[in-house]
Amino acid sequence: MTRRMLWFALLTWGMVLFGPTDGRSAGPPPVGGKLPDFTLGVPKDAAEKTYLGLSGSGAFKIPQIRAKTVVIEIFSMYCPYCQKEAPNVNQVYGKIEADPTLRGKIKLIGIGVGNAAFEVGVFKKKYNVPFPLFPDGDFVLHKLLGEVRTPYFIGVKNRPDGSHQVIHSRLGAFESVEKFLDEIVKTSDLN
Amino acid sequence: MKTRIRSIFLAFLGAALLGLAASPAAFALSDAYKDNIYNTGRLKPTDSALKVKAGGKAPDFTLKAVSGERVSLGDFRGKKNVVISFVPAAWTPVCSDQWPGYNIVKEMFDANDAILLGITVDNIPTLFSWTNQMGKLWFPVLSDFWPHGAVAKKFGVLRSDGMAERALFVIDKQGIIRYIDVHDINRRPPLEVLIGELEKLKRGK
Repeated sequence: MTRRMLWFALLTWGMVLFGPTDGRSAGPPPVGGKLPDFTLGVPKDAAEKTYLGLSGSGAFKIPQIRAKTVVIEIFSMYCPYCQKEAPNVNQVYGKIEADPTLRGKIKLIGIGVGNAAFEVGVFKKKYNVPFPLFPDGDFVLHKLLGEVRTPYFIGVKNRPDGSHQVIHSRLGAFESVEKFLDEIVKTSDLN
Repeated sequence: MKTRIRSIFLAFLGAALLGLAASPAAFALSDAYKDNIYNTGRLKPTDSALKVKAGGKAPDFTLKAVSGERVSLGDFRGKKNVVISFVPAAWTPVCSDQWPGYNIVKEMFDANDAILLGITVDNIPTLFSWTNQMGKLWFPVLSDFWPHGAVAKKFGVLRSDGMAERALFVIDKQGIIRYIDVHDINRRPPLEVLIGELEKLKRGK
């Protein structure tokens, strides 16, 4: 019995020293792969809820967003490049909403890693971000998404059967708004 | 014998569980810094003894800013509330992820008649290179390099390894310390709490 207890203690130590117990993942979601399993809170704001095609309250998963493709920006209010890139990401949103062939088919969301709701709110107000932003105050999603540097963009294609596939996974600012959007549209195969 | 083994078991298990509970340093890195941030790993949360207290007078100091000017705490007496943000070191993870956030909330400081002074114990050339990655900062960044960490020492936030703590001091227009947060060095202090303290000061509480 005592020997078993000793082994248990040693095993726990092993988990601390070598195991994946610190929650760090292997890397960002690869193109062709799937997102890690996580949920976000349904926004309280009615316009954001409508944009995402969600109802009620509670949690939702990315494939539940009413869109053929969802672009996720991993950002932080504290990240200089995210601040600089904010107007460009807003432009992507504007171009999608202004184009009847894209509107409703490609949706944008942001996840503020290490940002509390207050900090995400500051970023949204400062840069007039027109799409929903979600806080990840304790870096839980950041760890699941491979602890990427910011900004990081992930494109996810939602299939009618409820499954999904990562079609874009890239670090850093856009080369150009048009090029980024073209690439998302091409890989989305919207027709 | 059994009691002894049980004690060893409990000691091991306790230490292991503490290790599990102590999460690694929490930070995200901006691509602005590329691969130039040195990961310090998890550090002892705090490692100094405060020499000042809320309600007491803040010790005056004069330090050189990256811009070349000399800034004294006394410059703001009767004019502005002052937030002093000590951060441990340039080119380290959480520090690089703190001032750029303050840089986009100047309006919140203005609305509460407050100025921000950023201080580290790094020298001016290092601070120049580091803060250049953050974009143009609206607040002075001061070097407490020589005599090394003298101002941090006055406040009681100089760690035993020569770095400063990650500490916030809110000082009112009369030079009285109204709020102190010597934060866990591995984590960024929440902005909401700091702004809340400034708002309290504005409301005269």
